[in-house]
Amino acid sequence: MEVVYLLVPVSVVLVFGIAVAFWWSVKSGQFDDLEGPGFKVLMDDDEAAQGRIAESTPEKNKEKMLPVDPGQP
Amino acid sequence: MSGTQTTYNDKVIRQFSVMTVIWGIVGMLVGVIIAAQLVWPELNFGPWLTFGRLRPLHTNAVIFAFGGCALFATSYWCVQRTCHTRLWGGPLIPLTFWGWQLIILLAAISFPLGITTGKEYAELEWPIDILIAVVWVSYAVVFFGTIATRKVSHIYVANWFFGAFIIAVALLHIVNSAEVPITLTKSYSAYAGVQDAMVQWWYGHNAVGFFLTAGFLGMMYYFVPKQAGRPVYSYRLSVVHFWALIFTYMWAGPHHLHYTALPDWTQSVGMLFSLILLAPSWGGMINGIMTLSGAWHKLRDDPVLKFLITSLSFYGMSTFEGPMMSIKTVNALSHYTDWTVGHVHSGALGWVAMVSIGSIYYLLPRLFGKSGMYSTGLVTAHFWIATIGTVLYIASMWIAGVMQGLMWRAVNADGTLAYSFVESVKGSYPFWAIRWLGGVLFLVGMIIMAYNMFKTMAGGKVQNVPVIAPAAHHA
Repeated sequence: MEVVYLLVPVSVVLVFGIAVAFWWSVKSGQFDDLEGPGFKVLMDDDEAAQGRIAESTPEKNKEKMLPVDPGQP
Repeated sequence: MSGTQTTYNDKVIRQFSVMTVIWGIVGMLVGVIIAAQLVWPELNFGPWLTFGRLRPLHTNAVIFAFGGCALFATSYWCVQRTCHTRLWGGPLIPLTFWGWQLIILLAAISFPLGITTGKEYAELEWPIDILIAVVWVSYAVVFFGTIATRKVSHIYVANWFFGAFIIAVALLHIVNSAEVPITLTKSYSAYAGVQDAMVQWWYGHNAVGFFLTAGFLGMMYYFVPKQAGRPVYSYRLSVVHFWALIFTYMWAGPHHLHYTALPDWTQSVGMLFSLILLAPSWGGMINGIMTLSGAWHKLRDDPVLKFLITSLSFYGMSTFEGPMMSIKTVNALSHYTDWTVGHVHSGALGWVAMVSIGSIYYLLPRLFGKSGMYSTGLVTAHFWIATIGTVLYIASMWIAGVMQGLMWRAVNADGTLAYSFVESVKGSYPFWAIRWLGGVLFLVGMIIMAYNMFKTMAGGKVQNVPVIAPAAHHA
C-alpha cells in the first residue's frame, strides 16, 4: 500500500488548504452575519433584470450600476 | 453591445443550458440502449455498439456531459448574480464551453472504437485527459476570477460549494489520470495493482462527492431559495454543512473495495468516514427541504419546485442508503449486485438529474427573455414521468440486487453453492425489463423538456441584462 504515501500527504495538504481557507473566511468576516446573506440572495432581483430593469430600479440604484468595460464583448 | 452598464455574460449560460438538455437526451438514450441489451442480448451490434463499449459512454455522457453542462450553466449564473459582477476571464469563458463540447465529442467517438484506459469514470485516454485539465483550469480561473472581482464582500454559500467542487475535481483528475502514454491512443496507469485500485476509488468516490454532490448542492442552495422565494431555512446550517462536508469527504473511497486485496484497516477507515458523512448530508437535505417551511402550498402548483424538493428527498434517501451499504456486513450482501446500480441511480436520476432539470427550468425563461416556460403543464408531466421512472428503476434494482446477493451466498448443507451464477441472471430478467422501462420513462421526460425548451426559445428575445447593484446593506 505504498500509494498511501501519496494519498495521505495529498489529503493532509488539502486539509491544511481547507483550514487556511476557513481561517481566512472567519478572519475576513465572511461569517459575521449568518442571517442576512440568505435574504440578500432574494433581493438581488433578477426578475427585474429581465428587461424590466428600467421601470423597477430606483434612480439611486441606477447610478450604482457599474460602468461599461470597453474590453468586454 | 452598447449602453452604459456592464451586463451579465448570459451567452455562455444559454449555450451550456441548451446543451444540458441535449446531452441529457443522448446520455440517457445510451443508458436505455444498454439497459435493453441486458434484457435482449441480441441488441449488441458489431464490436462498436456492445455493452462494454457503450456503458462508459453512458456514464461519461450523463455525468460529465449532462451533469457537467448543468454545473457550468448554474455556477456561471449563480456566481455572477451573487457577486454582482460580470463573468471574468475574457476568451477563457468560450474556451470552457467549446473545450468541454470537444471533450464530449471525443468521448463519443473514442469509446465505441474501444479506446479506453479502463479506469471507471476516467476512461478517456491521455490526450483527452490533458484537454480536460486545460478546460478545467480555465473554468477555475473564470470562476475564481469572478469571485475575486465581486462587488459584495460576502461570498454566498452556493459559491463555496461550486468552488470546492472545481478545486477538488481538478486535484482528483490530475492525480488519478497520471499515466504513461505508449501511443496516441493507449496509455498505462502510473500506479499498479491494488495501488491503482485505491487511487481509482479515491478518485471515483470523491468524484461522486465533489462532482455529483458538492456542485449540485451549490445549485440547490441557490435555486431552491430563488424558486421558493424564501431564504434558505438556516444560513448558519448551510455554512456548517459546507465545512463539515469538505473536511470529511476525502476518505470514503475505500468502501468501494471491501473484501478485496486492499488492507483491512483502509477498508475500515473508508467505512467509518462513509458513516460520518451521513450527518452533513442530512443536515443539508433538511436545510433545503425546510426552506419551504411555511410555504408548502407552493409545492402544489409549481412543478419546478416539485423537481427541486423531490431531488432533495432522493438526496436524503441515497445519502442514507450509501453509508448503510458501506457497512462491511451489509456490503457483503450488496457488493457486485444490482443494488449498487439502484443506489447510484437513486442519486443520479433522483438527485442529480432532478435538481439539474429544476434549475434549468428556472433558467430557461430568464435566459430567453420569457416570463415562463412555454408550457407549465408539460413541466408537470415531465415531473411525474421522471418520478415514476426513477421509482421503477430503483425499486426493481433493489429487488434484483438483494435477490442476487442472497442467491450467490446461499449454500447447501454440504457447503456447495445452492445456485449457479446463470440462475441469478435468469432470475434478474423481469427486473431488468422493469429497469429498462423506468429508464425509457426518464428519457421520455427529457424529450418533453427539449420540446418545451425549443418552444420557449422560439421567438425569445435574447438581451444583455445589466448587472444589478448590490441591495443596500441592512444592518
